[in-house]
Amino acid sequence: MKKIALSIMMAALLGACSTTPPAAIVDPAAGNAGKDANSSEIKTVDTSKTSGKSMYPELTDPSNVLSQRRVYFDYDSYVVRPDFNEMVQAHAKFLLSHKDVKIILQGNTDNRGTAEYNLALGQKRAEAVNSMLKALGVPAGQIEAVSFGEERPLENGDTDEAWSRNRRADIVYSGEQSQ
Amino acid sequence: MLQRVFRQLTFLLLLASSVAQADMTIEVVGVGSQQYPIAILPFQNEQLDRQSVTPVIASDLNTSGVFKVLNFNDPSLQAYTPAALNYAALQAGGAQYAVIGQMLNEGGQVLVKFWLIDVASKQELIAFEKRGSPNQLRRISHQIADMIYAKITGKPGAFASRIAYVLKNGKSYQLQVADADGYGAQTVLKSRMPIMSPKWSPDGGKLAYVSFELEKPVVYVHELATGKRWTAANFKGSNSAPAWSPDGRQLAVVLTKDGGSQIFLVNVDGSNPRRVSQGGEINTEPTFTTDGQSILFTSDRGGSPQIYRSSLNGGNAERLTFSGAYNASAKVSPDGKYMTYITRDNGYRVAVMDLNTRRSNTLTSSTMDDSPSFAPNGAMILYETDIGRRGTLAIVSSDGKVKQRLKSPNGEVRQPAWGPMLR
Repeated sequence: MKKIALSIMMAALLGACSTTPPAAIVDPAAGNAGKDANSSEIKTVDTSKTSGKSMYPELTDPSNVLSQRRVYFDYDSYVVRPDFNEMVQAHAKFLLSHKDVKIILQGNTDNRGTAEYNLALGQKRAEAVNSMLKALGVPAGQIEAVSFGEERPLENGDTDEAWSRNRRADIVYSGEQSQ
Repeated sequence: MLQRVFRQLTFLLLLASSVAQADMTIEVVGVGSQQYPIAILPFQNEQLDRQSVTPVIASDLNTSGVFKVLNFNDPSLQAYTPAALNYAALQAGGAQYAVIGQMLNEGGQVLVKFWLIDVASKQELIAFEKRGSPNQLRRISHQIADMIYAKITGKPGAFASRIAYVLKNGKSYQLQVADADGYGAQTVLKSRMPIMSPKWSPDGGKLAYVSFELEKPVVYVHELATGKRWTAANFKGSNSAPAWSPDGRQLAVVLTKDGGSQIFLVNVDGSNPRRVSQGGEINTEPTFTTDGQSILFTSDRGGSPQIYRSSLNGGNAERLTFSGAYNASAKVSPDGKYMTYITRDNGYRVAVMDLNTRRSNTLTSSTMDDSPSFAPNGAMILYETDIGRRGTLAIVSSDGKVKQRLKSPNGEVRQPAWGPMLR
């Protein structure tokens, strides 16, 4: 009973402070009132949440190669450069010795071109690292290759330097929050 | 419990204040070759309502670029009925058309009466009345502007419609919906991770979009009135680029679960995925044709990104673009006769192609355009562009003559989508 009274009160409070944006138009000709698919009222959904922390200190120890997570790519290239071989191999070794650990490979592009096409291009960078890890024996079940396209630049701006920083694949261990 | 009520209350108040600050404003950058001179006189009793009507009508018509709204501030010219109009003064002031009206309070409702007059012939082109609650006056104003626009230009207006876009502020992302003039922004989804590709359901009640809140791109469908949302595609790998079928029952989405980026159809509840695209490593940016019988999409199958059309099972793929090394992000006009897309032509620019003659026309001269979509009347195209390295929204008429910018007071605004008409 108390609950009902409170919810009525809440409805009244909500009604009192609702803002000007209109509800569906009441068109007397149509004789139609109330909420339709076109109603202007919108409820906000908030997905913000706190980050988890990795259980393995070696993954975040700056002196450990496993703390290196970014594989950079040349312009218009979807091939892992030789200078990243050692780093990718270290991650393969870690994954092979920790079968319960999973990673997400996040491909990224610079901001030239359309956002949705860039998402597909970023996928190719994640897949390049994925192929290399698989060739080193890491089971497919431990890896997920995805793309952020141009949505998460490390550097803003339309310069060659910014673009080269944004052409990359990031390695994110499960439970971590990417930066 | 009570605490929760107040928390919610505080949250709503915060939301309300952010609504007021987040409004975008339209700036006209280029106008049409012909502009109709029109006088819009304040309606009777208008000042009694907190939401006035004629300023909204005047702003809509002015920013369309095809009207020139004239100032008739002299109180001696004020009239509330056609018979009371000072036609000689209107004509002397260069007005070809005049809008007059009245607002009558009827209990809690407002009755809005208005007339559109042809000044030279003194003919009543429109005599109309509409009833609504005070908080519906803004939408009624847009509908009146649409009626005036349609009567004079012979084409339907699109002022009473909404747009969706992503607002980025540092590491905060908000999917927002606002009126087509940028007014009344409301937040649909808030996240610390990117949001992209909002697409309107044909009935205007839902948005499909991509959110990265799970550290990967996942396609959601979100009911605007209830805030209820569900996952439409979350397969291993990336899930992106949703597009609604014209009947609102299916989505085309891009999945990487089978290798490469491939187009699939899923039911709106996410069930029954079936593959559409065959061939090529990248097939993305699907969009349905108006008859729902085929899709347009971007593919790298010919060696560079180009736009193709195929049937819903991927068969009969036909390449539509041949000019330039980069053509992407196609959308079909509401009448099905044109497509707008991004072409690389000294930068990434908005173009339109006549699907019958295949003749194309580049409409913009900017360099970082993206996500073009037609207004529900097909006359305007909303798109993302960069001004001072900052994502912002802009509108160009389908003939390229009228140009507007939607200026946002804060943050980057990206990935716009123009929704259907509000009824």
